[in-house]
Formats: sequence, structure tokens, C-alpha cells
Amino acid sequence: MAETKTVAPKQSGLERFWNWLTETQAWTSIFRHGRPTTDRNRVLVMLSNVFLHLHPVRIRKSGVKLRYTWCMGGMSFFLFLSLTLTGLLLMFYYRPTLEYAYTDIVGLREHVPLGIMREMHRWGAHAMVITVWLHMFRVFMTGSYKPPREFNWSVGVVMLVLTLLLSFTGYLLPWDQLAIWAITVGSNMARATPFLGHEGPGASLLRLGDVPLIHAQDDARFALLGGTFVGEAALLRFYVLHCVGLPLGIAVLMAVHFWRVRKDGGISGPL
Amino acid sequence: MAFIKILFNAVADPRLFFLLAVAGLALVVWKREHVASNTIGYGGLGILGAFFVFGTFDPYFRLIVTKPDNVPIVGLIFMLVFFVWFSIREGVLNDRRIAAGQGPIEKAEADRVWVWPDLVYTELISLILCSVILIVWSIFLKAPLEQPANPANTPNPSKAPWYFLGLQEMLVYFDPWLAGVVLPSLIIVGLICIPYIDKNPKGNGYYTFTERRAEITIFLFGFAVLWSSLIVLGTFLRGPNWNFFGPFEFWDIHKLAALNNVNLSEYVWVRTLRTGLPSNWFIREIFGIILVLFYILALPVILAKAWFKGYYEKMGGPRYYVGAFLFLMMMALPIKMLARWLFNLKYIVSIGEYFFNI
Ligand code: HEM
Repeated sequence: MAETKTVAPKQSGLERFWNWLTETQAWTSIFRHGRPTTDRNRVLVMLSNVFLHLHPVRIRKSGVKLRYTWCMGGMSFFLFLSLTLTGLLLMFYYRPTLEYAYTDIVGLREHVPLGIMREMHRWGAHAMVITVWLHMFRVFMTGSYKPPREFNWSVGVVMLVLTLLLSFTGYLLPWDQLAIWAITVGSNMARATPFLGHEGPGASLLRLGDVPLIHAQDDARFALLGGTFVGEAALLRFYVLHCVGLPLGIAVLMAVHFWRVRKDGGISGPL
Repeated sequence: MAFIKILFNAVADPRLFFLLAVAGLALVVWKREHVASNTIGYGGLGILGAFFVFGTFDPYFRLIVTKPDNVPIVGLIFMLVFFVWFSIREGVLNDRRIAAGQGPIEKAEADRVWVWPDLVYTELISLILCSVILIVWSIFLKAPLEQPANPANTPNPSKAPWYFLGLQEMLVYFDPWLAGVVLPSLIIVGLICIPYIDKNPKGNGYYTFTERRAEITIFLFGFAVLWSSLIVLGTFLRGPNWNFFGPFEFWDIHKLAALNNVNLSEYVWVRTLRTGLPSNWFIREIFGIILVLFYILALPVILAKAWFKGYYEKMGGPRYYVGAFLFLMMMALPIKMLARWLFNLKYIVSIGEYFFNI
């Protein structure tokens, strides 16, 4: 009598390793579902992963098309993440004082073989300004700011301003000629703030008797720079804003922004 | 060769440059059916590319374009041209579909797809591409580092970071309180207001042009012509003392530009009425003040009755007035530019006593 033998299909070493790996206790404790090849697992992968959970499970076909979103919002977010990472690394080497700021940057350039962290950070920042503009442009051209997404557009505008401010505050940190004069030109505007700048219209009206309330030592520009010129106080202020204040603010708003994209019905499309 | 360069230097003059930008936008909007073709789009980009390649053979052009911080703006120019063209094209294509009764393409793509794999893979690929571009860019282009900061040594020109150069360019026409504080604030406020002013229910969630003619034209004017082209102007064509220099021109510190701008008050009192300037500032500036108040307060009302009647009726009072105010504030810049170029007008209202110049 002939015996029937069931022959398992031949598996390559890699496949066997993969099968073994995805059944270990460690793996199954991290990923609580099989590979996303079935509909059920495609739902589970989105729902059980905190990062992927930013997304819905399913999405309009037009919304995943590059021709519709240009992926500009996603790229802005990615650049922000990459800037956070490279910025963190730069913070290990950079001290925001008149004594060290410039020389630390020189050190990064001279003593780190093949170092490109500063470049990645600077060009990433320029690129982010551009991608955020283009993202805004595409949102406008698809009319995606119309109801119910009005508020998310407003959140976006604030993030656009924060992006520019992040870039602006970072511009000062290398403490070279390029840096302080760009910031000087930029911050000089603040002294012309109506009422609050000492060369602004209306500032001379704010006085107690003979005593003017607004002068170079207490106007809007002084608040920005911590002094009457771009000096050490300005450097510290810009550093703290650049590394802590503004990133925190924009991160919170990004959370709101993404949340609202979902709550407003996902990527826009014709009704 | 020399002739072409002279031609470009002349065309780049702020006046011509700006008028050409406006004409370009008008052409794109008007001839959009033709602009939408691939030949025009990619051909245009090709010509632009050829111009930059041609330019880099010129030492002055190369000097300014390859300044590390200016390289991103070269990229911006190309991306902007591409995406403006692309979005117009998508709009035109959709408009054709709508005219044929098919509805926009986005409507045909309304069915849902799985985020995994359809979206996450797109994201992964753009993430990788983005990283590769960033890394390659960082390897080949060193971040700039100039001499250590020296408060006693002002470089000429002193420029703000590039994304603010449109604002710095406005300083040619307006005082800092307007160019540096009030108008930027109004840009932010105005952007935030857009969704609340624009009550056109059409064109929500798809590219179109015909359903949103005015909105798109105004936005393109603000974004592409005013904001972006002035950045390009401020970056590449403004040299020492903020003088104009053509793209193929040497940045000569000693270049002199005649400054013979005249205030409105002088035009009225001295040149027309042939009396001296009154010493009381209010009387001296009364004509300018009336003009400005007319522009801000009366013009929107008049427009509501005439040209913008349709908008007034569609939008209702409050929306219309906020929108008209913001629109007029935006138009204040090109108006002031024209007044400067045509009449050498310096200030419409000039109350130096209170730093109040318009
Ligand atoms: C820091 C910068 C920003 C980041 C990281 C960001 C990120 C995103 C992402 C990832 C999306 C999903 C769709 C897409 O990629 O296009 C999105 C959608 C959206 N964004 Fe942004 N964004 C930013 C700035 C802005 C700005 C400046 C605006 C407008 C002024 C804006 C308004 C919107 C709106 C209205 C949507 C919904 C679009 C739709 O449903 O089609 N965002 N954003």
C-alpha cells in the first residue's frame, strides 16, 4: 500500500526565519496582528499602532494621489521631524554665548569629518519654509479651506508664522556677520510698531505728563532683543525660543492640525 | 551675448520686472486653456532652466545665484512655476470634465482605498526621496559661515533672511511701521480670514478655475506676484544700498540712484497752489489724509454700489467690508509702486512729527 506523504512547499531560509520571527513572543507582543495582507489585518495595523493611527483605515482614492496633495503637508511634517533630530544633535555642541557661539559652529565645520548635521539642519529649514508655502498653496487651489475646514486653515496660518519665526530665530545662532545683520534688519522693524515702538506712530502720545512711556529701553524691539541692539541677551532669547518655545508651540498645533484633518472628514474631496 | 545680457538687465528693472510678473499672471489666467498643455508647462520650465544655465557662465550672475543661502530660492522659483502651472492645469482639466457633465476627476475617485498599503507606501517613498535629496544637498553645499559677528561693521547690503525679503522690498515704498509691522500683520489676519470671507460653495475639494475665478486670481496675485516675485527681486536684484542691479551686473557699491521723490503735500501746496508748506501739520497734510480716509472708508462703499455690487449682495455687509478692506490693503502696495514710478511720489501723508508717513 502506497503511503501518501504531504510535502510542505519548499521555503527559503529567509522565509523560514521570517515565519519564526513573527511568531516569537517578543514580536507578537509588539505587533498584535498578522501581516497586513488581509482586510482584517489592514484595519488592525492602522488601529493598533499609535503612529499609524494618525491615519484613518481607509481613505478617498483621490486623497492618496500625489497630484491632489503633492504630499506637501506630509513633507513639511517630515522635515519638521528631521529638523528636530538634527537640531537636537547640534544642541550637544552649541553654546549660546558670545564667547562660544561662533567658535562652536567653526568647530562643527572644522573638527567633524564629513559632518553634515549643520547643513541638514539649515537646508532642511529652508526647505520646510518652501514646502509649507506650497502646502498652503495646494490647500487653496483645491478649495480645501472651505467648510468644514475653515478652522484648520487658520491653525495652518499660525503654523506658517511659527515656521517663519523658527527659521528667523535660528538664523541668529551661528553669530556671524550674516546672522546678526539679518536679525538686526529684521528686528529693526519692531521699533516702528505703532504705539509700542519708540519710532512708531502714536508712541509719543503714550506719556504720563512729561514722561514718555515708550522709549528705546522699553519698546517692542527691546522686548524682542532683551536690549537695544542684537547682543548676548538677544542670542539667549532667540536660542530659547528656537530650541524650546517655538518647537513646543508648533508641535502642539500640529497635533491639533492632524486631529482636525481627521475630524473634518479626512482629506477633502467633492461632496 | 552681451546684447542678451543687457536686455535681461533692462528687463529686470523693478518696474518692468513687476509689470511683467503682473502681465504673466494675466496671461496665465486668460490663456489658461493653452497654458494647461504639457508643451507650455515643461517647455516653460525648460526655458527657465536654460536661462539659469546660460546665466551661470556669467561671473556676476554666478556669484549671486550660488550664494549658499540663495540656492533654495533658485529651487523655489522652479517649484513655484511648476506648481502654479500644475494647479492651473488640473483646474482646466477638471473644468473641461465639468463642462462635459462628468464632474471633477476627484468625484470619480470617491471610492475608498486601504491606507495600508496605498497611502503608507506613498509616504514612505516620499520620506526616502526627501531624505536623499536633503542629504545629497547637504553634502554638496556647505552651510555658509561668514566673519564673526561685528556690530561695528555693517555689511552693505544688509539683508533680512530671504523669506522676509518681500517685506524688505516693501520698505522702498512704505515706512517700517507699514512695511514691517502693519502690512505683515494684515497678511496674517487676511489669510486667516479667507475661509470666512469666501462664501462661494463651489470648488470645495477639487481643482477648478472657472468656478472660482476671482478667488484664485486674487490669491495668485498676492502669493505669486506680490509675495514671491518680490522675494526674487529682493534676493537677486537688490545690491548695495538696496539699489537695483541687473542679473548680469556688477554690484558696484558706488552706484548712485537719483532720489528725487516728492511728497503729496508738496505737490499740492508748492507746485499747484504756489504757496509755501503750511506750518501746521494737519493743514499741510489735509489732502493726503482725505485721500487715505477716502481709500479706506469711502471706496469700499462706492465699490459696493458699483463694481462689486454682485459681491456685496452675495457676501452680505460684514463679510464684504472685511474682504474689501483686506483687498484694498493688498492693492495699496501696487498702487504706491505705480505712484512712485509715475510721479516720484514719496509719501501721501507725511507727518514726520509722529513717525506717521504713508
Ligand atoms: C507646519 C506646517 C504644516 C504641516 C506639517 C501640515 C501638515 C498637514 C498634513 C500632513 C495634511 C494632510 C494632507 C496633505 O498632506 O496635504 C494637512 C492638511 C491640511 N492643511 Fe496643513 N500643514 C501645515 C501647514 C498648513 C498651512 C500653512 C495651512 C494653511 C494656511 C494648512 C492648512 C491645511 C488644511 C486646510 C488641510 C486639510 C486639507 C484637505 O483636507 O485637503 N496647513 N496639513
